[in-house]
Amino acid sequence: MKRLKNFIFLLAAAPVMAFAAGATVHLDKAPVNLSDRESLQRGARVFVNYCLNCHSASSMRYTRMEDLGLTEDQIKANLLFAADKPGETMKVGMTKADGKAWFGATPPDLSVISRARGADWLYTYLRGFYRDESRPTGWNNTVFDKVGMPHVLWSLQGEMVPVMKKDGEHEVIERLELAKPGSVTLAEYDAMVGDLVNYLVWMGEPAQLKRKQVGLMVLAFLAIFFVVAYYLKKEYWKDIH
Amino acid sequence: MSQEAEGQKVDARKRKFLIAATSAVGGVAVAGVAVPLVMSMMPSARAKAAGAPVEVDISKIEPGMLLTVEWRGKPVWIVNRTPEMLELLAKHDDQLADANSEMPQQPDYCKNATRSIKPEYLVAVGICTHLGCSPTYRKDVGAADLGADWPGGFFCPCHGSRFDLAARVYKGVPAPTNLVVPPHQYLSDAKLLIGVDAQGA
Amino acid sequence: MSAMQKLMGWVDDRFPLTATYKAHLSEYYAPKNFNFWYFFGSLALLVLVIQIVTGIFLTMNYKPDAELAFLSVEYIMRDVEWGWLVRYMHSTGASMFFVVVYLHMFRGLMYGSYRKPRELIWIFGVLIYLALMAEAFLGYLLPWGQMSFWGAQVIVNLFAAVPFIGEDLSIWIRGDYVISDATLNRFFAFHVIALPLVLIALVAVHLVALHEVGSNNPDGVEIKKKKDANGIPLDGIPFHPYYTVKDIVGVIVFLMVFSAILFFAPEMGGYFLEAANFVPADPLKTPEHIAPLWYFTPFYAILRAVPPMFGSQFPGVVAMGLSIVLLFFLPWLDRSKVKSIRYRGPIYKIALALFIVSFVGLGYLGLLPATPIATLFAQVFSVIYFLFFLLMPWYTSIDKTKPEPERVTG
Repeated sequence: MKRLKNFIFLLAAAPVMAFAAGATVHLDKAPVNLSDRESLQRGARVFVNYCLNCHSASSMRYTRMEDLGLTEDQIKANLLFAADKPGETMKVGMTKADGKAWFGATPPDLSVISRARGADWLYTYLRGFYRDESRPTGWNNTVFDKVGMPHVLWSLQGEMVPVMKKDGEHEVIERLELAKPGSVTLAEYDAMVGDLVNYLVWMGEPAQLKRKQVGLMVLAFLAIFFVVAYYLKKEYWKDIH
Repeated sequence: MSQEAEGQKVDARKRKFLIAATSAVGGVAVAGVAVPLVMSMMPSARAKAAGAPVEVDISKIEPGMLLTVEWRGKPVWIVNRTPEMLELLAKHDDQLADANSEMPQQPDYCKNATRSIKPEYLVAVGICTHLGCSPTYRKDVGAADLGADWPGGFFCPCHGSRFDLAARVYKGVPAPTNLVVPPHQYLSDAKLLIGVDAQGA
Repeated sequence: MSAMQKLMGWVDDRFPLTATYKAHLSEYYAPKNFNFWYFFGSLALLVLVIQIVTGIFLTMNYKPDAELAFLSVEYIMRDVEWGWLVRYMHSTGASMFFVVVYLHMFRGLMYGSYRKPRELIWIFGVLIYLALMAEAFLGYLLPWGQMSFWGAQVIVNLFAAVPFIGEDLSIWIRGDYVISDATLNRFFAFHVIALPLVLIALVAVHLVALHEVGSNNPDGVEIKKKKDANGIPLDGIPFHPYYTVKDIVGVIVFLMVFSAILFFAPEMGGYFLEAANFVPADPLKTPEHIAPLWYFTPFYAILRAVPPMFGSQFPGVVAMGLSIVLLFFLPWLDRSKVKSIRYRGPIYKIALALFIVSFVGLGYLGLLPATPIATLFAQVFSVIYFLFFLLMPWYTSIDKTKPEPERVTG
């Protein structure tokens, strides 16, 4: 319940400046934790089930999910819907032209979306859809005004509607309110989006966990190297007065 | 060294030791950088994915027909040999260069009369052992251009090498050895996996 | 004679190996009072080597093709074994090159390393700096992200501001009417072949000139003026082993900083790798905010600080060009009796401090959108930047200096 309150409070703050040109929108902090493998695995499942229908991740191979603790057979059985072989990359059947015709713009490839947008933006965006009948899709978004993407997860989150307030000349969105509940509670929905964003952050650079491990070893090695080299220098510089 | 003139006693052993230690650690550092660079020249995940074992459904290959699948960028043939074809196989050993498959052109489990795990299914890499062309499948017995005693097999259009239906090379043709039989195994009656053998990893 | 000595003798009869080793290492006498600031020369050489080696390995997998370039970088990051390490070494190395070079140049300003007889060393150094900027600019197009594309678009369009021939010039540079595949391909050629050759050649002459006249030092006094009976400078010590063992320590400390960035913050908060560059180049959509990478922003801020005159951007371009060209004249602008800041009077110290504040300030402003207040600050800083050079003959000659010591002060 507290989380829900936080959510609504944060969301209320989010769109305040949405109409001020170039102003930065408040973003909620995404619960990113790359050492939480279960969260990453759940996120991967959400990703292949909901995102991978329209968005590709053409740099990401299914086999790479073995890094998340999944076996090749698990990947084949649970995650491999859009390709034949686990060695393939995450492509979609939809052509670029179709995407453009249906959504106004080709849905972007999501391989490095977390590095382009940032985790917090994605977390806020995926929870920021609201009903707007003036839009062709019937949906708008608090952090991405006039967004072309429909609210794919609406059956889960339910329908949010904006609560407006006056801000000088303009009417601005104060916060979003749940008008029609979805199949999960808002807290569960937040947790699910959190897993998804966690996965997207991991997918943005699958080597990042290894990178940090190697980094620690390299720094430890350099520390030893430093000690040896320091004494060598000290020994020779005894000569210099 | 001119510095000794300044009266300072130089501990040569200590210097030698420190130079050796620094060189050793520095050597490790250079190797530590070199290894990732050298490793980056190994096949990438993309190359490995393309070279991954290929699963083939063989239940739809009609008797006598050939299916070509791609494995590591090479054509691999799977021929469903009929009993008549198998019968003809043993009758021309004297014309073959390596009738008993002495050359290691196949896994041990295929070093037999039919060069296969199951007698009816031939699995072979369709690359001529001469200069790498891909021979054509000629199952027409006694074909006009190949001679009346042609028992069916493969004919390389590039330089005229001939192979029989066990992919064994004939004598007196440019190709020196039998066609390669890749490692493979049967996952079930209908499923063939090319690229790994049953006992292998 | 051992076999080794025999071999060396054989080689020395045919190639001056021992002589070269002596001239540049074991009998190259460097002042004994080098301080912290003297690490950055050898560190710059180290980063050059890192960039060349990692660059070679990146070239094995990178595709200079507008359709493939962006994906080939991600391919390196994911599919190529250790590719991420090679790529991050190169991207971190690019920024660290400028960190090291800026500190190296600052050292020169502090201790008067550009003064007679080291004018040519300085000029070669400025040329290296120019080549390095060109190399970095060309290389930044290669990942073919949004910042690559639009950054190149903006910079190439600067050439279009040149009167009369500008438009044709910019089209010639691009090989197209917009930044395109043709541009990417030629930038690749310049980045991987042409400019590295130029850089290596310039570094070689920079070092040859340095070893001809000998190194300056924090006191700015010439050690060659006081020699012992054997002709060895009294304050000189052989570069090898003394400065080799010292530089190894500097290299390790530098590598620690380098690794800390590479392994734990390769994007460096968006300063080394920009977020918008993780979006593939889109010629139809400009990112909301374009800023060059941090090492160019001082000059970018000068460019923006100059308002268009007679309906042309050209004055801004000229100002930017001039801000670099002025560096070449530094050896003749400085009229002080002493070289090192240690013996200079308060005027130069204040001038140098103002210059550094302006340069860093311009660098910061170049990262921000050009609001009126930011532009005003940029104009003030630009004026200070130019006055530092243009007034130098005057203020260095009236400045009260302290007498230089006879020998270095340790």
